[in-house]
Amino acid sequence: MNDTATQKPAYNHLSHTPSGIEVPVIVTSEMAGKIDIGAPGQFPFTRGIFENGYRGRLWTIRQYSGFGTAESTNERYRFLLDRGQTGLSVALDLPTQCGYDPDDAMAMSEIGKVGVSLSNLAEAEILFDQIDLSKISTSFTINGTAAIIYAMYLAVADKKGVPRSQLTGTIQNDILKEYVARGTWIFPVRPSMRLIADSVLYANEQTPRFNPISIAGAHVRDAGSTAAEEMAYTLANGLAYVDEFKRRGGDIEKFAKRLSFFFYVHMDLFEEVAKFRAGRRMWAKMLSERYGVKDEKALQFRFGVVCGGSSLTAAQPMNNVVRVGIETMAAVMGGAQSIFTCAFDEAYQIPTETSAEIALRTQQIVAEESGVGRTVDPLGGSFYVEWLTDQMEEKITQIMDELDEYGGVVKAIEDGYLQAKVAERARERKSATDSGARPVVGVNVGKRDKNESDKGEMFSQDPETVKQVLAKHEGIMARRDQAAVDKALEALAKAAATDTENVMPHLVDCCHAYATVGEMVATLKKEWGEFQEPIRF
Amino acid sequence: MTLEKKRILIAKPGLDGHDVGAKVIALALRDAGAEVIYTGLRRSPEQIVRIAVDEDVDMLGLSILSGSHKELARSVIAQLHAEEAGDIKVFVGGTIPDEDFDNLREAGVSGIFTSEMTIDSVIAEIERQLS
Repeated sequence: MNDTATQKPAYNHLSHTPSGIEVPVIVTSEMAGKIDIGAPGQFPFTRGIFENGYRGRLWTIRQYSGFGTAESTNERYRFLLDRGQTGLSVALDLPTQCGYDPDDAMAMSEIGKVGVSLSNLAEAEILFDQIDLSKISTSFTINGTAAIIYAMYLAVADKKGVPRSQLTGTIQNDILKEYVARGTWIFPVRPSMRLIADSVLYANEQTPRFNPISIAGAHVRDAGSTAAEEMAYTLANGLAYVDEFKRRGGDIEKFAKRLSFFFYVHMDLFEEVAKFRAGRRMWAKMLSERYGVKDEKALQFRFGVVCGGSSLTAAQPMNNVVRVGIETMAAVMGGAQSIFTCAFDEAYQIPTETSAEIALRTQQIVAEESGVGRTVDPLGGSFYVEWLTDQMEEKITQIMDELDEYGGVVKAIEDGYLQAKVAERARERKSATDSGARPVVGVNVGKRDKNESDKGEMFSQDPETVKQVLAKHEGIMARRDQAAVDKALEALAKAAATDTENVMPHLVDCCHAYATVGEMVATLKKEWGEFQEPIRF
Repeated sequence: MTLEKKRILIAKPGLDGHDVGAKVIALALRDAGAEVIYTGLRRSPEQIVRIAVDEDVDMLGLSILSGSHKELARSVIAQLHAEEAGDIKVFVGGTIPDEDFDNLREAGVSGIFTSEMTIDSVIAEIERQLS
């Protein structure tokens, strides 16, 4: 296929951005052309979706955390909320993300490792104990089992007596990128798309203030893609969801109003800012031109970001504090609605309270001291930034066109084409780092031997976690009303076997009956099968 | 290309979905002349050992970034021995803290690779051990 847009990034750091855009020494006013970017809060929103930027409302400071048991995670949440965090972001362990109960052989050794174990409603009740769900917004990084975890959140709110209409938060619920990177897929692509449409339709009706999908480029980026590819794949996935939603007869304006996006911010500050400005106006234009969306709110490209990830290094980890600081500035100047800053030790462990606090303080320093949010889109009108925004838009468009030529994202994923593309990019990035063409301080610039004090405090996981989780699991299995569980699961199976009956009300019933995540997933697998990963590299 | 005719299995045990490191190494090993088999995500130790034995590989690389490397590597090595395939060298790559290196070596792991190492140094070490 024609491969001009996705040719190898040049990795000439002096003259090229990481997406391979060649940058002149000086961008002149002629090169920037006529700068016609409109006003903030106005279509196509190049300068941001709010006319008053961060003066009206600061971005949400949302730190991703969760580990071990629901009890220990609840304690960390209350620690972060006490210190000024304004939203929760729940990290779930891999068994919960992939749909295995703690007592499943596949869950062995992964319980509570990369997030909290949340296998049934009783655990959710502990996780949100003493946290007012009507006041705090909760974001769940959950995909394969997103519909189930959302159902569980509704069930826990029901139990606490919080009206569903007051719930705010987000479930990631973006399965397409799971097949390309991150890997927590369960069902084949097409039934997965149906499950997403079910959950979005249900959420639009039941929880009008809750975002039922957050389309994420972050993981593909962190796996190896360039910034331009990250935006291109994300916009393409976004359009695929809009199409699926439309096919199901959903109201696109309603859907688009509750849609949000999620990206990584890596170190190339101006390219990141240009990426967000380009993506924001491309999305607005595409929804307006291709789907006839008119409502301004529905055209607004709202996004959260994560700063850190694979831009962080295990070598000389304290340097990561500086990296995350610069990335936070890029996110703010790009107009992000919520920011998660990685802790400096995230490259090698679950953050400690100390490192988690520094990450939070980094955002507060940018927000309170730097003055960067004083005026909207402070880089708007800069010859360089406007030129680079145009260049990024062009590059993103080319990559999307290539994907269309291939046959669209769903086909590209089913064939393993996108997966292979990302792996190839990862290899290029690694080779460029090895050779020094891509400078990374502490790794190929200013490299030195490790010393003991580099890593600071080490996080230690409670060795009792697995035992506690298993004991609680056994307890709930014995205590619950088995007949009610069987009945709820049977109703779920029946709905799943139809093409269009929404499975969401049944998942909520299952959660209320204390059915487990593993049981619900097994029931759906029986009807829908499992994804067969194409091995192509 | 001293890895010619060597058969290498790259595997993702457990539930961890970070497969880029595994694929990058698989590509590099293939370029170095090896015949590379990649399992794909979410394989149990039993499945991995089965493939290693059936495919008669010289080396098995486990890619683990979820923190479960100690348990998973031990389980795989124990099952290789149970299948009388203890001669297959096992390497582990991923997010492996320094303080776990000794534990893995004691378990019988022949080499440990982290993201800080260059691809060339990883391939050179594999070549050295397989020659």
